[in-house]
Amino acid sequence: MAPPSSRRSSYSRRAQYGVFTGYVIAGVGALIGAILLALSLWRPASFNGPRTVAQDAVAPAAEASAEVRAESQNLIEAIRGYLRAGSQNAELKQEVELARIRLAEAEAIKRENARLKALLGLEQEETKPVAVARLIGSSSASARRFAYLGAGSADGVKAGMPVRSPRGVVGRVLEVGRHSSRVLLLTDSQSVLPVRLSDSNVVAYAEGRGDSMLRIRLINLGINPLEKGDIFVTSGAGGYYRPGTAVAIVAEKTEDGALARIISDPAATDYVAVEEIWQPQAIRAAETPVEQSVADADGT
Amino acid sequence: MERADPRSRRDAYGSRINRTHSPLLAYAVPWATILFASVLPLFPIASAAPIVPPVGLMTLLAWRLVRPGLLPVWAGFPLGMFSDLFSGQPFGSDILLWSLAMIVIEAIETRFPWRSFVQDWLIAVGIVACSILAAACLSGASLGPPLFAALVPQVLLSLMLYPIIARMVSTLDRFRLLRVRILG
Repeated sequence: MAPPSSRRSSYSRRAQYGVFTGYVIAGVGALIGAILLALSLWRPASFNGPRTVAQDAVAPAAEASAEVRAESQNLIEAIRGYLRAGSQNAELKQEVELARIRLAEAEAIKRENARLKALLGLEQEETKPVAVARLIGSSSASARRFAYLGAGSADGVKAGMPVRSPRGVVGRVLEVGRHSSRVLLLTDSQSVLPVRLSDSNVVAYAEGRGDSMLRIRLINLGINPLEKGDIFVTSGAGGYYRPGTAVAIVAEKTEDGALARIISDPAATDYVAVEEIWQPQAIRAAETPVEQSVADADGT
Repeated sequence: MERADPRSRRDAYGSRINRTHSPLLAYAVPWATILFASVLPLFPIASAAPIVPPVGLMTLLAWRLVRPGLLPVWAGFPLGMFSDLFSGQPFGSDILLWSLAMIVIEAIETRFPWRSFVQDWLIAVGIVACSILAAACLSGASLGPPLFAALVPQVLLSLMLYPIIARMVSTLDRFRLLRVRILG
């Protein structure tokens, strides 16, 4: 049968107008879409309101599916564990031996650390996360990398706060709904994070590439000191992230830096913690225009 | 007559005695399934790379190709607006792309009214691939070869997923026309 739309719409004027109106509405719809798109590319925050409301609406369902996802991951892990139990046991025994030695060393370092800190009169303040929540989903069909978090302004989450998992940095809160919020993941191509090498003072920028890898760009060009397996941690520059949180591990050397894999893959994370912005004053200062002093901006 | 053939008073959509198609079911099912499918990519995985095919768009295309004449040409506008709320793209990109997809199918249909499933499949995959590429360009991401390389698995997954979605849509189409009991 020929599809109904390719049959001639009779000699009835009414039917012909109906078909014509359909085309006009479709064309106008596409045009409105283009205008809205240009508007939201120009001002990305224009449509946050409806989006966060929609996100809040599906958050309970997403929460449930996140739970199922974590459970099924655990199940697969458990089965895999049984299959590899024997060889793993031997490996683990060896690892425990080593870990015991390292633990003793760490104990010594910890004591020394405490002694030195006491000497300096530094007080180590315990930082409590603002909220602990599940990553309930992500924009997995889009080229942008956003994740959705099951905590919002009702839990004290604000835009700009860093999000971390037990393994390392996950991303930064971008917009906040009542009970959910949107997180810019590290792998998004608009995400840039100042990092340094964990065991030396090599500083760099970690930029997302959009494909689950990070590009490490060294700030001081010269001889590339990186090696495969090097670990990058946050440097604290910029004021958003607390320094010393694990970010990425070098997978491949390039000319001006390296390609690195993220340590805290959002697909493998279950619960994440939202932390306070590390240095809010620094960020306020950076956002204040040069003509205006920071003290004035604070007063207003 | 029933004794000779128990199915004599039934057709593909159920018994015909005191039962008829429900207009609510007949019109709501396509729209509802497309809306549901456009929220779907949110749930399965919080991945570090884009891998889930645009299921919402594919369901729209499948309804349009499997059951022509059911969705109006302008259906891309409202459905795309809903999808924009969840896709993570800048607002308006799905409105534009879905509207264009519907217009393109309309144009293809006037040119090639008689098509087999394989041709429908190629049309759907072509449109999905173009829209994934266009969406990446319009997403505000900084473009580079690695980003486009990351899109390839998504396009291949869409290629394999379309026949499954088309089969599901044809099942849903039968469900849409199910006969339900008339009240009163």
